[in-house]
Amino acid sequence: MTSLPAAATRKLGLVIDLDTCVGCHACAVACKEWNDGGSFGPLPDKDTHGPEPEGVWFNRVHSYEATGMGSGEWGMATAKSEAKSSCTSPIPDSQFLIPGTIHFPRSCLHCETPACVTVCPTGASYKRAEDGIVLVDEDKCIGCQLCAWACPYGAREFSAQRGVMQKCTLCVDRIYNETLDEADRQPACVLACPTRARHFGDLGDAQSDVSKLVAERGGYALMPEFGYQPVNRYLPPRPRRDASRANSHPQPAAEAIDTTQMSPLLRWVDRVLSR
Amino acid sequence: MRPTFSIIFFTVISGAGYGLWMLVGLAFALAWPGCLLDAEIGPVDAQSSVCGMPSTLAVAWAAGFLLVSAGLLSSLAHLGQPQRAWRALSQWRSSWLSREGVAALLAYVPATGLFLIWLGQQSPGHLVPALLLENETLVRVTGALLAAASIVTVFCTANIYACLKPIRAWNNRLVVPAYLAFAALSGMLLLWALATLPSRDLVPAAQETVWSVLLPSAVIVLAVISAAIKLTYWKQIDQPSGLRTAHVIGLDGLGNVRSFEQPHTQENYLTHEMGFRIARKHSRKLRLICLLAGFATPAILALLALLVPGPGGVAAWIGLLAGMFGIFLERWLFFAEARHAVMLYYGAHGD
Ligand code: SF4
Ligand code: SF4
Repeated sequence: MTSLPAAATRKLGLVIDLDTCVGCHACAVACKEWNDGGSFGPLPDKDTHGPEPEGVWFNRVHSYEATGMGSGEWGMATAKSEAKSSCTSPIPDSQFLIPGTIHFPRSCLHCETPACVTVCPTGASYKRAEDGIVLVDEDKCIGCQLCAWACPYGAREFSAQRGVMQKCTLCVDRIYNETLDEADRQPACVLACPTRARHFGDLGDAQSDVSKLVAERGGYALMPEFGYQPVNRYLPPRPRRDASRANSHPQPAAEAIDTTQMSPLLRWVDRVLSR
Repeated sequence: MRPTFSIIFFTVISGAGYGLWMLVGLAFALAWPGCLLDAEIGPVDAQSSVCGMPSTLAVAWAAGFLLVSAGLLSSLAHLGQPQRAWRALSQWRSSWLSREGVAALLAYVPATGLFLIWLGQQSPGHLVPALLLENETLVRVTGALLAAASIVTVFCTANIYACLKPIRAWNNRLVVPAYLAFAALSGMLLLWALATLPSRDLVPAAQETVWSVLLPSAVIVLAVISAAIKLTYWKQIDQPSGLRTAHVIGLDGLGNVRSFEQPHTQENYLTHEMGFRIARKHSRKLRLICLLAGFATPAILALLALLVPGPGGVAAWIGLLAGMFGIFLERWLFFAEARHAVMLYYGAHGD
């Protein structure tokens, strides 16, 4: 049924920290590995070892350089939020330090009111009432690809090999999987991240760890102007510590040594080394 | 967006077919059954109050049937799992694609009705009970239903595109009027051309005059309306949206953001399907060709046909060819010029 369920109280989703993500693609690889063998797999590739490999990944990591500030090194920049109210920046108008590079993992945001679900003619795309996860039933999908057009976040990829649409399942076959250790009942990407930049939890519960993290760090939703109400949140890069110094790269001051206080041997060493 | 041939073929060809069916339906609903155009045609047999069907309408019905069916079949070619296409009829509550499928199938019901009427007239009293054939209201209602179903189907097709917010060029108020206008124009061009075929029949001289004035005039009106819609549409989509990569990652404050490393070294589904670029380079020239071929040529030829009666047939057929070429080009541009928001993640500029 591609009509949306009445608002779910549980909103399972991811919180991704752009401050700590180092762009290593471990999440993307772990995702591909799990889901290739998971209940929504396989994720076959074409031309795997040839010059033009291509296939479905549920998670893609982009790397960007903020060029507005110049060389792309760590430095000082003035953030100006866009005047458009619907597109306000999570970073307020202020002088602060921004990193020159941003690594940006992109996957399904499990939106609350996603058009990818409502445009689906077959009922293959659906949003679960119990936890808000957006899934594709691959036995119903006719591969019309309309849902991929409807997603502004590029979260759906069509499998030419299988003739159906595929997308992030939030590892629904892990998170409820009682054959796994409790600690492993997390999406594969979250477990794989070496910098703990990915967090999983219930964003519908204001008391959950992820909700607290979002509140504390000013987590934001992507492109709210489309009205899809993404559940996933991104945490903006933190302002760098000590804004005034990082930019000027001050040289350490030469230490003054009082040679008169030293033993004759050390005085001799100092003289030799100072030549 | 990648201009996939099967989709372009489907929207243009089925659009023309539904345009034709709309006109056939209107002719049935408004004019033909009561012999309003010409009382001399006379009833199909002594007892009937319904006229014999002019062969032009019968041919137009058949052409519409072929075009609509060919279009629908080609739309299946785009699917990854065409054998499951029937499932697409289920979600009409939320999905325009599903509604289009339902409307397209429903249109076959009144279309079949008209076919039966025609069939019944070929051998009165045998295949179809005379009672039905003689019922003028029934014939008119069937025609009206065919016209309505045709319009609704094209309306649904257009809304499939118009409802997609991530593609700004499609999420535009003029998309639906444009699809309807082009369907009507291509249907009218077809009808005009078919009406010039030598007809074996039933259409007396008086009625031919009506057709030969009515059809070219309608072509001119529709061509002007279509061109006006398309020109306004192009003007609107040329406005820059101002969206930037920094915005799609939610960090407008960063100002300019450049993608220095893509997530994948080769193309993927998204860049292949939504990163189509060729058209924009040549869009000015292609738009001009589209305007000249699709709208100006048919309108001028129709005007000539009105002023210089005689070689109307040649004008109509050249007008049809030029018009269809222009509408194909228009549909190709509709896809090729449209940009998807996701490409901003890949560092596309200024959509
Ligand atoms: S991110 Fe895209 S695919 Fe995922 S729910 Fe939102 S619109 Fe649908
Ligand atoms: S590709 Fe499959 S899931 Fe997507 S809209 Fe079409 S039928 Fe639905």
